[in-house]
Amino acid sequence: MLLLRLIFKNAFRHRLRSMLTIVGVAIALTAFGLMRTVLDAWNAGVSASSANRLVTRNAVSLTQPLPYAYRGRIRQVTGVDIVAAGNWFGGIYLDEKNFFANFAVEAEDFFRLYPELVVTPAEQKAFLTDRKGAVIGRKLADRFHWRVGDTVTLRGTIFPGQWPMTIRAIYKGARPDTDETVLYLHWSYVDEVMKKTTPRRAGQTGFFMIGIGDATKAAEISKDIDALFRNSQAETLTETEKAFQMGFVSMSEAILMAITVVSYVVIGIILAVAANTMAMSARERLGEFAVLKTLGFPGPTLGLMLLAESLLLSLSGAALAMGLLPAITDAFTKNLAQYFPIFFVSRETMLLLPAFGVAVGVLAAAAPAVRVGTVRIAAAFRRIG
Amino acid sequence: MTQQPLIEIAHLSKSYRRGDQVIPVLSDITFDIATGEFLALIGPSGSGKSTLLNCIAGIDAVDAGTITIGGTDITTLSEGELAAWRSRHVGFVFQFYNLIPVLTALENVELPLLLTSLSARARQEHALAALTAVGLPDRTDHKPAQLSGGQQQRVAIARAIVTDPDIIVADEPTGDLDRHSAADIMALLRRLNQELNKTIVMVTHDHRAAEAAHLVRELDKGELRVAP
Ligand SMILES: Nc1ncnc2c1ncn2[C@@H]1O[C@H](COP(=O)(O)OP(=O)(O)O)[C@@H](O)[C@H]1O
Ligand SMILES: [Mg+2]
Repeated sequence: MLLLRLIFKNAFRHRLRSMLTIVGVAIALTAFGLMRTVLDAWNAGVSASSANRLVTRNAVSLTQPLPYAYRGRIRQVTGVDIVAAGNWFGGIYLDEKNFFANFAVEAEDFFRLYPELVVTPAEQKAFLTDRKGAVIGRKLADRFHWRVGDTVTLRGTIFPGQWPMTIRAIYKGARPDTDETVLYLHWSYVDEVMKKTTPRRAGQTGFFMIGIGDATKAAEISKDIDALFRNSQAETLTETEKAFQMGFVSMSEAILMAITVVSYVVIGIILAVAANTMAMSARERLGEFAVLKTLGFPGPTLGLMLLAESLLLSLSGAALAMGLLPAITDAFTKNLAQYFPIFFVSRETMLLLPAFGVAVGVLAAAAPAVRVGTVRIAAAFRRIG
Repeated sequence: MTQQPLIEIAHLSKSYRRGDQVIPVLSDITFDIATGEFLALIGPSGSGKSTLLNCIAGIDAVDAGTITIGGTDITTLSEGELAAWRSRHVGFVFQFYNLIPVLTALENVELPLLLTSLSARARQEHALAALTAVGLPDRTDHKPAQLSGGQQQRVAIARAIVTDPDIIVADEPTGDLDRHSAADIMALLRRLNQELNKTIVMVTHDHRAAEAAHLVRELDKGELRVAP
């Protein structure tokens, strides 16, 4: 149709200016998407947490242990279905720079608590029956080229000594935000070694992971658990897994906030650039719009033409960004897996790109479109003729 | 010739305001334009010729008075109604052609037909017929920049007649042309007047151009008189 062709030709009348605007929008939206993806990665632990899981730890601090004997009493609290003891193991493979998270857990209950860690039944059985076995995430296996049957020795930091273990299973995440870079070993393996080497540290654990049937009772159950141990030598603090994870994240809250702000500032800047492009287009072609109005085209139609032109540019930029962003994050994932175990562009971020494309296009064209739509014909001709 | 006038202008006044100053441009102008007339408006620069023409064509507002065209007082129409009225009744020819530079000659001529209910195919046939009528059937795919001034003005005239309006208004249509092209354009306008019976109102300060018209009226100091 002729009108669409006119809009298209007008949008690319100044080819360089249009291209720079499109590239600008694309870069800004890509940067925005990247920052959001980094934030998502940071918050992945929080979003992956389940409302049906609680964590009980020492009320004084995370580094203080709890008596393992608490397990049985917690299990008896009404509403508690599963209890699994766990420790941050803190083992190192060869060198500090090979860092990855590793936990000692009560494996059987732990797997019931974390159904999102998917293991074949055969591998699971192999892991459960080998006290010196370990289960590792798929990405961790890829990183060190480890396979089922390999023996890996970790150097203990919190639990001194050399810790040989055999990889018995490799888990996959059932959800995109499941962390696939963790190693789990048996809590009992650690405890038995402690009994022999440092008996005063045996029978203790870092935290308990708790499964509850009714997520709406989380607050009540937490209170009941903590009440059990009030005035004992190790008081407890029980909170939802989400709150627990957020405790880790919150120390860097200022940084997260800064990244969030910057990501929107970038959008604001590109909005100003696009608005400038549209204002220039409108000003330069005011005479042409006056001609169209003279011929009988209604003012609103002219305004919509300019709006369509603006959207054509901004959405071209958004389309470009939607291609760029996944390509860039892919490259990131390959190089930064150890810092951001979960690094992928969320659906929401992907949808925000065209949404902001529309917003930038509309806002950039708003004032110029009104100007064009309400142009006074005789006055416009006086300016050009 | 006792024909019913097509355009009746009564007690038309208009002034511009510049700061506190009021600049009267047209004061109490009354005259008729007959159907099929070819009227030239002449007068010194700044005398209000363009302003009067714009008011008649419905692209500028009056302060007082009425302009009745084909029975409709266009000074009472809303902006939207006026736009629709213009697209049906008036064809425009400007001094600087005012073609859309990114469109071809044929597309420029087709443009006003977008406001009609014609099919795309019918629009193109009409546009081609109009270009043929102005003698440019072989320039359909040229952009304005690839045409001479005279040719661009022909395309503009084709655009003005493609909707088959009753009235053609032209503001200095030869003002930007060499003498030869100007003569061609005047001959073309006269042919439209004689063969298609278009009523033409033309502003010019070119006496040679004015000679092509039936009737010449001179505007001076806001008042109108029939020129000698
Ligand atoms: N928008 C405007 N604001 C102020 N003065 C104007 C405006 N338009 C026209 N004028 C003044 O009105 C007078 C008539 O202008 P115009 O109709 O263009 O004359 P002409 O076409 O005869 O040269 C001039 O003095 C001009 O400066
Ligand atoms: Mg003038």
